[in-house]
Amino acid sequence: MNALRRAFVTRVAKWPAVTVVERGYASQTEMTVRDALNSALAEEMRKDDKVFVMGEEVGEYQGAYKITRGLLQEFGAERVYDTPITEAGFTGLAVGAGFSGLKPVVEFMTFNFAMQAIDQIINSAAKTLYMSAGTISCPIVFRGPNGAAAGVGAQHSQCFGAWYSSCPGLKVLAPYDCEDARGLLKAAIRDPDPVIFLENELLYGNSYPVDDKILDVDFTLPIGKAKVMREGTDVTLVAFSKMVGYSLEATEVLAEKGISAEVINLRTLRPLDRETIMKSIVKTSRIVSVEEGWPQSGIGSEITAVANEEAFDHLDAPVERVTGADIPTPYAANLEKSAFPTVDDIVTAAERACYRSK
Amino acid sequence: MRTTWTGARAVRMEGKVASGPRGVVGSRRRASSFGRPLWKSRSRVVASAQAEGGKAGPSGKVVGVASVSKSKSSSPSPKGSGSNPDKVVNDPSFKVDKEAARAIYVDMLRGRNFEDMCAQMYYRGKMFGFVHLYNGQEAVSTGVIGAMRSDDYVCSTYRDHVHAVSKGVPMGKVMAELFGKKDGICRGQGGSMHMFSAEHNFLGGFAFIGEGIPVGAGAAFQARYKRDVLGDESADQVCASFFGDGTCNNGAFYETLNMASLYKLPCLFVVENNKWAIGMAHDRATAPSMGDKEPYIYKKGPAFGMPGVLVDGMDVLAVRKVAEEAIARARRGDGPTLIECETYRYRGHSLADPDELRKPEEKEFYAKRDPIPKFREYLIKEGLATEKEVKALEKQVDDEVEEAVEFADASPRPGKEQLLENVFADPSGFGIAADGGSQSPNFP
Repeated sequence: MNALRRAFVTRVAKWPAVTVVERGYASQTEMTVRDALNSALAEEMRKDDKVFVMGEEVGEYQGAYKITRGLLQEFGAERVYDTPITEAGFTGLAVGAGFSGLKPVVEFMTFNFAMQAIDQIINSAAKTLYMSAGTISCPIVFRGPNGAAAGVGAQHSQCFGAWYSSCPGLKVLAPYDCEDARGLLKAAIRDPDPVIFLENELLYGNSYPVDDKILDVDFTLPIGKAKVMREGTDVTLVAFSKMVGYSLEATEVLAEKGISAEVINLRTLRPLDRETIMKSIVKTSRIVSVEEGWPQSGIGSEITAVANEEAFDHLDAPVERVTGADIPTPYAANLEKSAFPTVDDIVTAAERACYRSK
Repeated sequence: MRTTWTGARAVRMEGKVASGPRGVVGSRRRASSFGRPLWKSRSRVVASAQAEGGKAGPSGKVVGVASVSKSKSSSPSPKGSGSNPDKVVNDPSFKVDKEAARAIYVDMLRGRNFEDMCAQMYYRGKMFGFVHLYNGQEAVSTGVIGAMRSDDYVCSTYRDHVHAVSKGVPMGKVMAELFGKKDGICRGQGGSMHMFSAEHNFLGGFAFIGEGIPVGAGAAFQARYKRDVLGDESADQVCASFFGDGTCNNGAFYETLNMASLYKLPCLFVVENNKWAIGMAHDRATAPSMGDKEPYIYKKGPAFGMPGVLVDGMDVLAVRKVAEEAIARARRGDGPTLIECETYRYRGHSLADPDELRKPEEKEFYAKRDPIPKFREYLIKEGLATEKEVKALEKQVDDEVEEAVEFADASPRPGKEQLLENVFADPSGFGIAADGGSQSPNFP
């Protein structure tokens, strides 16, 4: 159970030191999420000249989290733009470039800073296709780390999944492992619509298995489709991003207690894969949503609505939500730890859904 | 449904009452007035600095030029009040041919008459919501857009009808959009503040203050990217972004000026300084530069490494000349220009604005400087058109506006099937079926 937690501590201690990226990933069996994202970006830039990267520190600094490492060297400053610290300005500029035919990938150093460009993301990028009756589209990707980070306090540690997922015109993706990172990022760049791509800082250094299929330059994943990470019969755990890992850990604890849990990795928050959620509820009759974000109007609220609307008759227990605490993120390590879901919280909620605990 | 919150309990925050939407105008009174009204105190300055590139400076049209390269004092020498309005329609150094002159007149008149008709239609209940009219500012739209190519880009604000018409969007389609009809330029999905036309490279239609400024720079960026990275030699389009004086205090303005200059983007930042941001007078909202008693927006250009030009926005040829220079500069790769056009709106901020704050004397002052009759006079005096020909042009514009209304009236309302279309460009539409309905089996 504590493997991930240990990894977490190691990662924090290591950052921002980075390992050298190897170019060419063939025959690799494992890679980090950072390299998965980096390779996906590079491949899509090689594939399509219209793709360019823009953001703070993406060029000479090689990315604040090194996701864009090597891109400046390979593609030059005309395609890897270091911007001033002006989110509204460079986001709006990229949106305008998207309207007129290019395919920008905008990196937000973290999604917390995207708040400064929310007008450009929602009003300009997401709504223009509709306002222009389908004539002006914006094939743009907004990407960067989202969700709880470690020890950075209230303003730098927050999940925006629910915020963006409530907005029509956006597609919202949240990868968990390397398969997700590569498949979804490549799909996002090829997609003709604005995509919010919510990465997680604490997953960047994690290694996950890859195979030839995942490493193929044409590997993509369908947007709008969730993945069943683990089959189970008693209860469904539905999560995205880092919480997928926690949920998988929770299944091991639950298995020891005789509970067979199914884990759904949402992958796409908007449009939500209602069908996969529904099918799983039909199978298990119990569902627990897991997210780092705040409870009110969260992704869990939406999952609850889906359960009600699509599978009410199949539910044997109330829907359980595991969420971050309803507070700005505290700084002190012990408080911070208490503010976000743990594997124990997920286990407790799952047991409650199965009427095994209070 | 139960919720597991870890550790801390829920904290209830006192929510603030949301303020009304931007653009709602009540009958607020001006609380205080600092200094003299701008229209009285604005200094009129004949350019004393050279335009960048060493071009001959003083033209009667360009009222002031802040140059990047010249550090020598070009500080305006105040000549005092509005008793010195610029009457420089006839600039000997700048002329347009007969055809262009007539096109300019027609374009300004189209703008004016279209907006007057909009007001009528609004009061008749044919259109709804916020409608911001352009009356008085026509010389800016015509002067700048008339100097552009049809494949150049224009980025506008909520006051966008006339920019769209100047850019070539058929008047009937703009009117139909205002009526919320299917044949509107955006099939009724955009509305007054959101005119878009991909065909005319008219990028909208952005209703938030400052929203369109970076977007316009992005269109310019795209042209440069196409030439530099994609090797498309023909990609030499420029983009003009229009916005008002109030916007020049917004961060997006500064952020974009900085980036446009840094990346040497081929764009024009056209400030339509009509001196009022709804009910906020320009001099109450904007701090003057050091040494000045009044705010000048054009002076912010050099701060970002681009020329700033102050031009009489009630003089269409003056605007045209400045625009031509800025467009040429942008096209040859020398970067952006900030153009401050002094102008005035003859109507309230929107048709819902009771317009109680602007003084009658101020309105009269600018009414006398109306660019349209002034240019009409010029046409005849210069022998560019006879009285009879001008009347024929006027008749033609009247007819066009009438036809636009007929077209809009005759157009059907958008069908319900439109409701869920165009959310995604992706044809699979995720979650939305081909017929516009939900793909969910439970929500046909």
